[in-house]
Amino acid sequence: MTVGLFVPCYINQFYPNAAIATLQLLEKLGVKVEYPLNQTCCGQPMANSGYEHLAEGCSKLFTENFAGYDYIVSPSGSCGLHIKEHLHAGDSPEAAKKVRKSIYELTEFLTDILNVEALDATFPHRVGLHQSCHGQRGLKLSQMSELTAPPFSKPEKLLKMVKGIELVELTRKDECCGFGGTFCVTEEAISVKMGKDRIADHISHQAEYITSPDMSCLMHMEGLLNRQKSSVKVLHIAEILNGK
Amino acid sequence: MSTQKNHAELSEIFNKDEDRVNWHDETLWWVRQKRDKASHAIPDWELLREMASQIKNNVLSELDTYLIQFEAKATENGIKVHWAADAAEHNQIVKDILDKNGVKQMVKSKSMLTEECHLNHYLEEHGIDVIDSDLGERIVQLAKEPPSHIVLPCIHKKKEEIGDLFHIHLGTEAGMSDPQVLTETARLHLREVFLTRKAALTGVNFAVAETGEFVVCTNEGNADMGAHLADVHIASMGIEKLIPERKHLGVFLRLLTRSATGQPITTYSSHFKRPRKGQEMHIILVDNGRSTQLGRPDFRNSLKCIRCGACMNTCPVYRRSGGHSYHTAIAGPIGSILAPNLDMKDYADLPFASTLCGSCTNVCPVKIDIHDQLYKWRQVIVKEGYGDKKKAAGMHAMDWTLASPSLFNLAGKAGRWTLKHAPFAVNNSMNPWYKHRDMPKPPAQSFTEWFKTNRPQ
Repeated sequence: MTVGLFVPCYINQFYPNAAIATLQLLEKLGVKVEYPLNQTCCGQPMANSGYEHLAEGCSKLFTENFAGYDYIVSPSGSCGLHIKEHLHAGDSPEAAKKVRKSIYELTEFLTDILNVEALDATFPHRVGLHQSCHGQRGLKLSQMSELTAPPFSKPEKLLKMVKGIELVELTRKDECCGFGGTFCVTEEAISVKMGKDRIADHISHQAEYITSPDMSCLMHMEGLLNRQKSSVKVLHIAEILNGK
Repeated sequence: MSTQKNHAELSEIFNKDEDRVNWHDETLWWVRQKRDKASHAIPDWELLREMASQIKNNVLSELDTYLIQFEAKATENGIKVHWAADAAEHNQIVKDILDKNGVKQMVKSKSMLTEECHLNHYLEEHGIDVIDSDLGERIVQLAKEPPSHIVLPCIHKKKEEIGDLFHIHLGTEAGMSDPQVLTETARLHLREVFLTRKAALTGVNFAVAETGEFVVCTNEGNADMGAHLADVHIASMGIEKLIPERKHLGVFLRLLTRSATGQPITTYSSHFKRPRKGQEMHIILVDNGRSTQLGRPDFRNSLKCIRCGACMNTCPVYRRSGGHSYHTAIAGPIGSILAPNLDMKDYADLPFASTLCGSCTNVCPVKIDIHDQLYKWRQVIVKEGYGDKKKAAGMHAMDWTLASPSLFNLAGKAGRWTLKHAPFAVNNSMNPWYKHRDMPKPPAQSFTEWFKTNRPQ
């Protein structure tokens, strides 16, 4: 099985360890991973700001890079959701359609396609799982607290395969952290307050680490934690699932 | 409206008092939890939502037929039916009815439509005194403020503040904030109002096309007290409030209050079908932009709304910014998809007052795709030229960089270099991220650089 690895732009530049862990984890599980070097961004920052029409260049480039793969895997629910719902390539609609169908967020690829039942990973720490909204409510990686429906969680299922890990219960298990793309600067006051409340929930349950299938939420929460000189750290879920 | 502060500015002001934000957030979260408890207790809840959504689909696609059917039935029942194209026409009709009956004082129960039409202000200007009889609405009326929530109009007020208002306006002793005492005071005050008013205006929760009756839901019985004692009953309703048949109430009444407050049903679900002997009963069917919204395929579903307020209670932004930060009659996620239809320029900020987390869509009892519509409104607002001009330049630069792999790699390198060697260039007050958040620590290499070294092709 050959997989095209899509590394979101900000992970590529600021959190390469999340991408390295994703690559190593997929390789350990016997997947042949290719990384198209000409990739940049999914175009979501423009589209969510109302400039979907300006994301055309990104969509075209993305389609060129990834249309050849049956599976595209990304360590981000949010960017994955954007591709799945909004990727349009004007001159190659068929290729774009194939891309939209082939995109997988990492944890759903592990549980639904690779059917992973065991992992060789150890992480002896108290960990809080942050459900990113786009992963959870968009890609349905976990059941949502609003619905009257049976519970499940793909990221949690995988985390429970890690030796020594202790997952903490949160008071509000799927409240948004307030990152929200450009919202984090255009609505700075609310974004910060939402983030502060989210990390306080993890801290009050003695989490040592906050993890998530989305690095963007974690980047926002890390910024707040570091400003508060907190000892709590953030770690992308791939780094825990790949961890020793 | 040019001096109107936008949602971000108003939220920043609200957030100056963090304890108050925490209190507001916890209060509404508690309502959301009550909603969860009530909805999770019904195994077929999701099926019920789907049914309600489908019934409303039918209503919206056959709206003209149902309206005419409703008008005919209501007229047959002895109700006088009026049609209002916009807010001004609605207000004029109300005034004409009152003038004709020589009424100078009116009692009004909860009606978000009259808030939308600014009826109180209009009648005041014409020398007609209106008293809101819903307790929460009476409180904000005394405070000369608009409601901050469609179901809980004074949810932004603490009981001590209500005590101060009652002290000034209703003569309670200074510093009295015991809810029991305040409620009893309001009760006595309103009892006098109910007994002396000749005209009562109510809202409408559901209008039944099949029978020409309408249903008004309240917890306080204030709509009934007003309407039963007045010689003239005026009911104002948006044209989207129709349901085809009476039996459909079995779906909507089950959903409405469970979604709103977690109660199984409102204390009073009153059916008004015909005027009692000697009484005049009027219904005003108001369009005010609804036909325009019906003609927007991406946004017509917003007209399914039954005004339960669940999307506000669950919204992590609303809970922390307060209803007034939306500067429109209907706040929160639903207000943010309704308001741009009325005025795209004045409400251009509202679809951006969201992280698109999607919780609103999940709690909506009629399954309006609220967060998808917020995304779509953003596209429309930018295309129509009402977007933030400063943002536009940045977006063009971003597009230019991200559409080119070499520029992207160069920009990334430059960004990481800057963070490492010249952090003052970004760690300053010009950067809204930095105000309360540290910047990410720049790694030595990007993933692409690492990949080229570690997985040479």
